[in-house]
Amino acid sequence: MASLHARTQTSLSGITEKSLALFTFDIVAENHVHEKLVSLSLLQKDFVPFLLNFLREQTSQILTNGPSTPAKTPNSKAHGNQRTGSEKRAGHTSGSSSSRVQLFSERTSVTPCTTDTSFSPAAASSGSSSFSGSSLSSPCSDLPGAACGGSPGFGHSPVLGQGERRSSQRSSLGSFLAAAPEAAPPPRRGRRRGGSSVGAAGRHLARDLGRSLPEEEDGKGESPASWSAGRRKRSEVPLVPAASPPSQLNLNNLEEFPPMGAASGWTNKSKPSRRINPTPVSAERPLSKPKMCFTSTPVSQAPAARFPSGTSLEAFTAIQEGNIASVVGSSLQEEREMLKKERCKLLHQASSPSGLSLDPGTPTKPSYARSASLPAESLPVTCANPAKVSCKKQLECLAQLYSSCIAENLVPNIFLELFFVLQLLTSKGSSAEDEESDLEVNETSEDASRKQHFRNVHNCVYFAVQVLDYQYEIISRLEKGTLKLLAENERIASFSPTLHERLRQAYESSTAKVSLLLPCSVQSVSFQPETDNRSNFPTDRAFHIFKKQRDIFYELLREWEDNHEKTGWDFERVLGNKIRAMMAHLSATCNHSHFARLFQKQLIQMCKGPIGGGTSWGDTPDQDVLNMLGPDNLSRLKRLQERFVVPQSIGGPCPPPSFTGCQQFFRDFILSAGSYQFNQHLVDSLCLKILELDGLTLIEHVHSDGEADMDEQDEKKRFTVVLLSLRLLAKFLGFLVFLPYRSMEQPTRDLLESAVALRNKTQPALDVLKLLRQSIRDRRAVLTIPWIVEFLSLVDHIAPFLDYYRKVFCLLLQVYRLMVLSEEKEMSFLNKLLILAVLGWLFQVPSVPEELFFSTDVRKEGLVTDTVTSPRALDSVPLVDQQLLYTCCPYLGELRKLLASFVAGSGTKNGGFIRKITPTAAESLAPKPSATQRKLQAELEQAFFHNQPPSLRRTVEFVAERVGSNCVKHIKATLVAELVQRAEVMLQDRVKEVDANHDKLLEEACAQLYEEGAQALIRGREFCKKKGPEAVRVLLPEETSAAVLNSAEDIAVELATEKACGWLSANIAALIKREVKATFNRMLKVPGPPQPSEDAQELRRACPPGCQHRAPLPSQVINEIKDVLCVAVGPRDEGEVIDYDWLESLLGRLRQTLRCRKFMCPTSEQQLAKCTVELASLLVSGGVPLRRSPASPGRSAERRRAPGGLVARLLSLWKEDFGAPVPVRLLLSGRNVAYAARAQRPQWDLFLFMLRGLVEHDLMGINEIVNCLHNLKELPWPSDFLKELEGLSGAFVSEHGAAAAPPAARSEPPRPVPGALAAQS
Amino acid sequence: MKLSKAQYDEIAQFLAQVQPTRQSLRQLKDKFPSQSQSTLLSIFSQEYQKQVKRTHAKHHTAEAVETYYQRYLNGVMKNAAAPVLLELANEVDFAPSLMARIVLERFLQEQEHAVPSKTLINSMLRDPSQIPDGVLANQVYQCTVNDCCYGPLVDCIKHFINNSSCSLCIAEDQLRAKGYDKTPDFILEVPVAVEGHIIHWIESKASFGDESSHQAYLQDQFWSYWNRFGPGLVIYWYGFIEELDCHRERGILLKDCFPTDIVTLRHSMAQH
Repeated sequence: MASLHARTQTSLSGITEKSLALFTFDIVAENHVHEKLVSLSLLQKDFVPFLLNFLREQTSQILTNGPSTPAKTPNSKAHGNQRTGSEKRAGHTSGSSSSRVQLFSERTSVTPCTTDTSFSPAAASSGSSSFSGSSLSSPCSDLPGAACGGSPGFGHSPVLGQGERRSSQRSSLGSFLAAAPEAAPPPRRGRRRGGSSVGAAGRHLARDLGRSLPEEEDGKGESPASWSAGRRKRSEVPLVPAASPPSQLNLNNLEEFPPMGAASGWTNKSKPSRRINPTPVSAERPLSKPKMCFTSTPVSQAPAARFPSGTSLEAFTAIQEGNIASVVGSSLQEEREMLKKERCKLLHQASSPSGLSLDPGTPTKPSYARSASLPAESLPVTCANPAKVSCKKQLECLAQLYSSCIAENLVPNIFLELFFVLQLLTSKGSSAEDEESDLEVNETSEDASRKQHFRNVHNCVYFAVQVLDYQYEIISRLEKGTLKLLAENERIASFSPTLHERLRQAYESSTAKVSLLLPCSVQSVSFQPETDNRSNFPTDRAFHIFKKQRDIFYELLREWEDNHEKTGWDFERVLGNKIRAMMAHLSATCNHSHFARLFQKQLIQMCKGPIGGGTSWGDTPDQDVLNMLGPDNLSRLKRLQERFVVPQSIGGPCPPPSFTGCQQFFRDFILSAGSYQFNQHLVDSLCLKILELDGLTLIEHVHSDGEADMDEQDEKKRFTVVLLSLRLLAKFLGFLVFLPYRSMEQPTRDLLESAVALRNKTQPALDVLKLLRQSIRDRRAVLTIPWIVEFLSLVDHIAPFLDYYRKVFCLLLQVYRLMVLSEEKEMSFLNKLLILAVLGWLFQVPSVPEELFFSTDVRKEGLVTDTVTSPRALDSVPLVDQQLLYTCCPYLGELRKLLASFVAGSGTKNGGFIRKITPTAAESLAPKPSATQRKLQAELEQAFFHNQPPSLRRTVEFVAERVGSNCVKHIKATLVAELVQRAEVMLQDRVKEVDANHDKLLEEACAQLYEEGAQALIRGREFCKKKGPEAVRVLLPEETSAAVLNSAEDIAVELATEKACGWLSANIAALIKREVKATFNRMLKVPGPPQPSEDAQELRRACPPGCQHRAPLPSQVINEIKDVLCVAVGPRDEGEVIDYDWLESLLGRLRQTLRCRKFMCPTSEQQLAKCTVELASLLVSGGVPLRRSPASPGRSAERRRAPGGLVARLLSLWKEDFGAPVPVRLLLSGRNVAYAARAQRPQWDLFLFMLRGLVEHDLMGINEIVNCLHNLKELPWPSDFLKELEGLSGAFVSEHGAAAAPPAARSEPPRPVPGALAAQS
Repeated sequence: MKLSKAQYDEIAQFLAQVQPTRQSLRQLKDKFPSQSQSTLLSIFSQEYQKQVKRTHAKHHTAEAVETYYQRYLNGVMKNAAAPVLLELANEVDFAPSLMARIVLERFLQEQEHAVPSKTLINSMLRDPSQIPDGVLANQVYQCTVNDCCYGPLVDCIKHFINNSSCSLCIAEDQLRAKGYDKTPDFILEVPVAVEGHIIHWIESKASFGDESSHQAYLQDQFWSYWNRFGPGLVIYWYGFIEELDCHRERGILLKDCFPTDIVTLRHSMAQH
């Protein structure tokens, strides 16, 4: 400590900074913190925001790359607030509130004093006082020019990057720290700490900080209340600074604490006050991109209409204490309100001219510029040169300090800081930048206080590289593309070759490829009889109406899909009334629950993917482009797209919560519907589903050695699906739950108070607090926190102040603080990273109060420590990979964009010098089908499951998993054992003969076996093929149709094979080696004989043998027959005839058609049969104008009998081919026989031939025919026709009279008629 | 057979002036030789149906019915073998089958002194030998067999066309038994891909897909199927206006025949 002190005395501001940092850490590092000391921790709370502000401000001039401030920095916000506030305040602010502002401003400005006192061990140990921010600052408020007023460092020096203004306060940590020596007596400071191992110790201590925080604070026994706790405490502390004039603050003294803007010189004083505003982060971010983004907040909430957190403080503290703190809170509140209004105005004015410069001395309205500025292309990129770095020491200190803050989760958002660091790294320098020549400038304390440590690119880059070096652990886990850009960054290479080398290695070994996911096409929710059929509805009407509603819903969806991107298309205007009409029907029939279920299912279906659920960090590919390219080129397009990282789209690492892609439809639907009933049902439905998913057992069993890899993949996949679904559902639940409380206008203080009082009495829709606690206890936080974050990101302005949600936020903050990134057993690194990333994002969400992070008392919600000791708790399983991380946090991609835009802007090294290393792909199992085919197959598979009950998929997946797993076991037990045995034989001999190199022997033996190992794949496939179908068959319902069963079996086999063979091909060699080695080591043991594996079973034929279904279609045939009938019946044209051969072939085709039963149905077949009967009648009566083929002249006799041939064909068709009964009786009906009567030359021989045929073919019995003939004769015929008919009848009877009895008698009734007929003839 | 909108319009215009007979059909074929017969027939049928819908009422007034019946009676009195009824239908510009029905109905009414049941009439139209009057039976049969747009034979053909399907399908009746609220002709329990598009159901239309009918079908049927079962295939056996096939990407595929480019799960039925 002495040496530290000494060094401080040297007035090197860098050291001072460091010591301050150490001090901060010290406070909490000790296990037994002195009661009095505890209050010092408060200082630490202020320190971090201060440091962040300091860095932002220092660098603001230099940052030209990428979007504006990567930060919602406490400072900039606070500053803005204050200024606007001060303007407004003049009119109507209470004195007390202004004094609060003053108080802080003073405190900040006089930090030198703070340093002084706080560093004093005497102060710490004496017990006379403990220091809080306020107490420290108070004395200095009396010191006129201390550091604030006229100091340029504290003046408004707006910094304009791209016309955007960073905090205009150029507070400089160094500056006021450096000032300390003057004010502070050296000896006191020195005692604080030894300076030798500062850096390391600082870091170490910092690490402890996070962990020790809770315990330490628990010990204090204070009743912690709210985020304002910090402030409250501060105010509780006696305001007696040790080393400063012991003047009590008189807050009501307008001279000491004049109202903002009231007193002359006020501005100057007030500005610095913002600095140490202890509620720093997140509020306004006037300059940062996120703020701008919030214009697109879901419910079209005005960007500035945020609820100011200041009020919260007020609300919670005023009641209890009614002292300064509360008052201050309110004053800030007002300021913020003003500011917001100002902002709102400004925003509505679109944008202010960029490059606007503000007079530093005057409190101007903050200016707004589009923060998504392009990298300044026009600016020449300054070549960063390590040799030109000035004040290295200080920069190193700062880097260390800063890195510790990041490493210990003391910053609200780690990635925000990384983004900032990358901005520094890629800064292009400003035109105003001078070549710094004063490297050797003698840094007096005066200089130091104003010193711009980051005044040039070289310094910035130096600092950035230092920090990156410290943060290597995190950086190396970023996705591969980012790593590549980092590894290729010339600045890193020139500033730190070591880091460069590490990054390069990290890149090369990285497998963290994150690929764009293509949008899935919109699918409908399939109709499932179990939930959707009539029995699920109370009345037919309800069923019917729901049927309509389903159709209307999809109609709306399609309309939205087609049009929502068109300009001028307005959801509410176009669809609003339709939706409401539909809702009215729902209400009338109480179908809400059905519709809510449909709605929710459709939501999951459309949005669960990362695309629907928010564009990932590339833009979604345009569907038209995709179609144009065709699926084969998709992957190429994807890659291309990934490389196109458009600088314009850099949006900063903290975008506001928003509904993207298809989610918009569902959000707008809810809003337009405006149906309380529907919302309630939907909430119920969402809660249920969330609880179901959150409670899923994702990790089922502890794995035995070898297959771990295999199952982990499945687990990961499952986890991803569940997590993404949960996040989606939770987001909508949050939207619905907080929807009624959303407001455009921020509530006034009174409103807030009453709203809080009111809402504190109601129960939350979903007990997220309980779930959160449970998840921490059960170590499932990695699943639960991400969705709770989504839920909370949609809170209204009041909700965070409710007792209930306050607890939730406190608990989350505590988790955040404790989740120090490192690889450890309890939780894998990337799991933590995901949690940190989402929490960090949450803390930046506009409606989350800004005080939350820095002033929340984390003691409030003690973390449950008696975690369930499960060997496979979710948190400890490496479930998160970069793909999932970037899917959940697409804003992480901003880092990469930033780097890429730098490369693009710099014009050099565009290509990058790291060559792509394509790993030699493992041998694939089967000849890979083309990409198109594979895609189609995958889609078919999805489609197959889509309309089946969900249990089918579960069964198939389960079978695949188990069979795959068993397969590996089986291979181990058989093939591997076999090989090991062989190896044993091989080795046995050689072991004896040589006493030589065992390792080499082993290698050789194994090498020989590896080839045999390939057998594993074949056997594996056989195994799966055999076992898969068996299992599927047993598990699926007996009634499952054959087609479904077959497909399910095929898929199960395929999946199992993929799984097993995938694992085997990757691991068989290692497995063999391990086993052989083990055997080798115990040469004596003889493994059992290998079991011969089963033969490949025969192929299942999908199609039944025979019919190819290629027969002429019945519709075609009947159509042609109809044409024939048409011609025969007439009227026909002159000379119209029917070609004999054609008719013959038609009958041939008819036969084919009839034989293929595929398209037949009884009624149609009957009709067909009737037509043929009609045709036969017309044929035998000579009604068909047949044209004999002119060809084949020599067969005239045969041709004469031609109609007979046709009739014969018909007879055999009737007999053999028709399945339906043929109404042959019609042949002898009066109407049909009349054809003959009308014919000029009835062909009685043909008629007789037909009758004979009927008998021969067993189509009609003799008696039946005789009977019919008899009846015919009763009809009124022309007499000569009757005669001919009688002749026919006689001929038939004489032919069949004798033969009638024996063969045909079997089924015939006694025959009175034949006798009668015979008598007649 | 896919027709462009322009082609279709030309055909429709021609059809506005002709009778639904074999002869007209032949003319049509001669005029549009490049179109398949079945397509022309279907368009003919649909266009004619539209016309019938417009004029149906006018042929069913008591006065008209009486006039037709008397003319029929007079006609057959003169010559029973002449195509009296068919010519009458053509003359008054009405479908022969429908004319046959009107006259038959009137005839039965006279005979039985009561309005005959629909079932009876349908049955007689299907099997004219049931008609008590032999002359009328022949006249009716001549009408139905010559009508290319209406009548039991045409219905049968349509039914056959609709029946053409595959073995992977669940038939509609089974679906209804399961309680589906809307059912296409066939649901594929195991989906297939047709020309790269996945389909879950097939709806068969024994008609030509013209604009008005397609829009009506989309609204009443196809989208409803999509809403429940996902993408599907519509077969217009007699072709369609190709401009209507614009929902492929979204999941309604139009074809004019049973597809050949079918990819099934795990194996391809039709190799290419």
